[in-house]
Amino acid sequence: MTPTAPVKIATPTDRELVMTRVFDAPRGMVFDALTKPELLKKWLLGPPGWTMPVCDIDLRVGGKYRYVWQNAEGRTMGMGGTFQEIMRPSRIVATEVYEEYWTGGETLVTTELVETGSKTTLSTTVRYASREARDAAIKMGATKGLEASYNRLDQLLAAQN
Amino acid sequence: MKPYGYSLDATFAALADPTRRAILARLANGEAAVTELAAPFDMSQPAISKHLKVLERAGLITRGREGQRRPRKLEPRPLAEATDWIERYRRIWEANFKRLDAVLQDLKSNEKKMVDALLEDVKPKPKKRRSK
Repeated sequence: MTPTAPVKIATPTDRELVMTRVFDAPRGMVFDALTKPELLKKWLLGPPGWTMPVCDIDLRVGGKYRYVWQNAEGRTMGMGGTFQEIMRPSRIVATEVYEEYWTGGETLVTTELVETGSKTTLSTTVRYASREARDAAIKMGATKGLEASYNRLDQLLAAQN
Repeated sequence: MKPYGYSLDATFAALADPTRRAILARLANGEAAVTELAAPFDMSQPAISKHLKVLERAGLITRGREGQRRPRKLEPRPLAEATDWIERYRRIWEANFKRLDAVLQDLKSNEKKMVDALLEDVKPKPKKRRSK
C-alpha cells in the first residue's frame, strides 16, 4: 500500500483555487489516468455511491470532453468542456462547466504534472470566471450545517498558524 | 445588519493575512476593544483599523455598541461556511485520489508484468520461471 499523501488546497488569488497531491508513479502514467476514459472511470467518482457511466474524451486542442455521474437513485450530474492546451505528460488546460445551474458557471482548469524521482506532483488550478462565480460555487458547496461554531474556528486557526 | 450572504471571496481574502487570523483568534476568546486588539502587534492603530475593516467587510466581525467603546465581536457564520466548503471539497478529492493511487498501482504492476514477460522472451534458455 502506498502511504496516503494529503491533498493541499490553497486560494492564492480572488478567483483561483489550487489543489496539489503527490502520487507514487511517473507522470506519464498519471497523465494517462487523467485522460483515458477506461482509467478515469475507475477513480473520478466524487462522493460515495456515484458511478461514471459517461466519460467521452477527445484529447486534442479544441476537442471536447463530457463526464456524467450517476448515483444509486438514478440522479445524474453532467460536466464537460473544451481542451485548450495539451502537453503530454506535463500540462492540460481545459474549460469546465457543470450542466446544473448551481455551480457558478464556466471555470478554466489547469492541470500540471511535475515528476521528481519516481513521484509525480499533480496540481490543479481552478480559475473561476468572476468572483461572483466563485462565491456561487462556494455557497453551493457549503453544507447545511452553518450554525455558529467556535470549535471550528479554533481548528481552522490552529491549522493555519 | 446583513445576517447572511457575505462575499465568501472576502472571507478567504480576509483569512489570507496572519495579523487578521491572530485578531480572529483573540476574538474567539471574547469581544475586545480596538486598543486591546492592537496591543500585541507592532503596528499603528490606523494599520490595525484597516485590518479590522477588512474583517468587518467579510462579515467576520461586528461592532458592539457600548457607549464609546464599540468592542469588536467575532461572527463565526461566514467562517464556518467557508471552511465547510473547503472541507467538503477536500474530502471528495481525498477519496478520488485514493482511488487514483490504486489505479496507478495497477498500471505499475501491469507494466512490470509486461517487462518481465518480455525479459522472459529474450532469455536464451527455455527455463520455466514465472513472475508473480
